[in-house]
Amino acid sequence: MSGLDNRFLRTPREQRSLTQQSLFRLLFLVMTSLLVVPVFGILLVLIVRGGPGLSLDFFLDKPRKGMTAGGIFPALIGTLWLTSGALLLAFPLGVSAAIYLSEYARDNWLTRTINIAIVNLAGVPSIVHALFGVGAFVLFLDFGASILAASCTLAVMTLPVVIVATRESLQAVPHSFREACWSMGATRWQTIWRLVLPNSGSGILTGVILCISRAVGETAPIMFTGAVYWVAYTPEGVFDQTMALSLHLYNVSTQVPNVPPGLPFSVALTLIGVVLVMNATAIAFRMRLRGRKRW
Amino acid sequence: MASAKPQTATANPEAGPRWAIESKGLNLWYGTFQALRDVDLQIKHGIVTSLIGPSGCGKSTFLRSCNRINERLGYVSTTGTIQVLGQDIYGPDISPIQVRRQVGMVFQRPNPLPLSIRENVLFGQHIHRDDRIPRAEADQLVERALREVLLWDRVKDRLGRKATSLSLEEQQKLCIARLLPMRPEILLMDEPCSALDPEATRAVEELIWELRGKYSILIVTHNMAQARRASDECVFMLLGRVIEHARTEDMFVTPKKPETADYIEGRFG
Ligand SMILES: Nc1ncnc2c1ncn2[C@@H]1O[C@H](COP(=O)(O)OP(=O)(O)OP(=O)(O)O)[C@@H](O)[C@H]1O
Ligand SMILES: [Mg+2]
Repeated sequence: MSGLDNRFLRTPREQRSLTQQSLFRLLFLVMTSLLVVPVFGILLVLIVRGGPGLSLDFFLDKPRKGMTAGGIFPALIGTLWLTSGALLLAFPLGVSAAIYLSEYARDNWLTRTINIAIVNLAGVPSIVHALFGVGAFVLFLDFGASILAASCTLAVMTLPVVIVATRESLQAVPHSFREACWSMGATRWQTIWRLVLPNSGSGILTGVILCISRAVGETAPIMFTGAVYWVAYTPEGVFDQTMALSLHLYNVSTQVPNVPPGLPFSVALTLIGVVLVMNATAIAFRMRLRGRKRW
Repeated sequence: MASAKPQTATANPEAGPRWAIESKGLNLWYGTFQALRDVDLQIKHGIVTSLIGPSGCGKSTFLRSCNRINERLGYVSTTGTIQVLGQDIYGPDISPIQVRRQVGMVFQRPNPLPLSIRENVLFGQHIHRDDRIPRAEADQLVERALREVLLWDRVKDRLGRKATSLSLEEQQKLCIARLLPMRPEILLMDEPCSALDPEATRAVEELIWELRGKYSILIVTHNMAQARRASDECVFMLLGRVIEHARTEDMFVTPKKPETADYIEGRFG
């Protein structure tokens, strides 16, 4: 067959670019897998080394023998106090600010300044927040080193995250819905209340999740503002000082002599567990809201 | 006036305000860009008026000035007046909310709210009434509005379903229906059929024709055939000005201005 038509056959040039393309595909796949390694690595190490130390006693007992034995109860409770405090402060403030920025503010210098401030606030290192917290809450507002001062500091630190996540979810509600509302004579607030907020719940909860994750894990901002190395009691009010998991982890890892090698890992595992449990609640809510939304 | 189509409210000017919408010397700026220039328009009661013109000539802008929704943008300024049912809607004591309630608006893309069909129809009631609407009254409002837009038989068994699950044609009809419980006298429609297929377009046109007489309807369209089929009067705009306003049949048969002729014959645009 001399007249074989080869117009649909693969050319050498095409062959080369195909090889090239599978090489790149492989490269990206390897990179992506590399990314997963540390995540599982961390979890694996924590579970293997910290898992055996976990027990009900460990959660419910206080540290003993110069922190080398016993449990972590006061730190666990302290972390719950600090995180809830930060959330209670940051959530209403952040959501209000986001609603203002997304629904009311016009594009002028004030709005632009606020937006720049938010972006920059998100980039401030946590140790700087700590110093700000000492100056503003501990000293100036005279809260003393207390749960209140520490929660305020954590709240300031997490605010930008809450604001940005909320604002984005508000803006994801299509503009045409707002127009429909307004054209029927709804005020801005009616539009927000009846339309925008019910349809952006899942995004707002994302803000909550991020806020919790950061607030639970941070050490620096609470170190000078209300969390302490050791207290003999669990807090009873917002003006008490408290222990906290993150600071406790820092202490047993670096400050306390003769700590059994498994202990820091058990504390770390608990810390991650707290984040997961708190987030799981928010995620469950979010999935319910997601399921309802459709347009 | 020897019109083949029946004239309604205009027959007796003494019975009420003479025009549904009357603008005098209306100028409108978006920032520094002037979108409307000296627009003088008189839209008659109870008929369908179509607004045609090339893209960007200010049709939507005029429409959006008639229920003061443009103000939401914040950088819009206007001079001149618009009277709706004889009242200057930009007057000092006028509440834009009441204006919007009585001058309903339908958009290009059907935009039912992400609520149930029933809640969509009742939405206006929820925002304008303090008391809870008694169940029976609400049922009645929903049924009446949906019947008026010829949708009742198709959706009566699924009033609780999401409005966004309806077909586009049904959605657009629902968007008209949700205005009706607020008892508007004027309906503004900005290219209400341009997102619909020909079949659905016909259905919505038929509905518009059905509503004619009960409401004064001002409809923007890019579809010459539609303007011709489904309107009593026609307004042609160009670059922010009104060029010609005449009975539809006259405008399409014997346009007075050369620009109008060029446009309806598709020579520019
Ligand atoms: N929100 C706005 N901000 C600034 N300029 C605008 C805005 N809306 C419209 N314009 C401008 O005003 C002019 C008229 O716009 P308009 O939307 O009224 O035109 P239109 O006749 O409805 O056009 P189309 O047929 O494309 O819908 C256009 O030049 C447009 O660019
Ligand atoms: Mg338009």
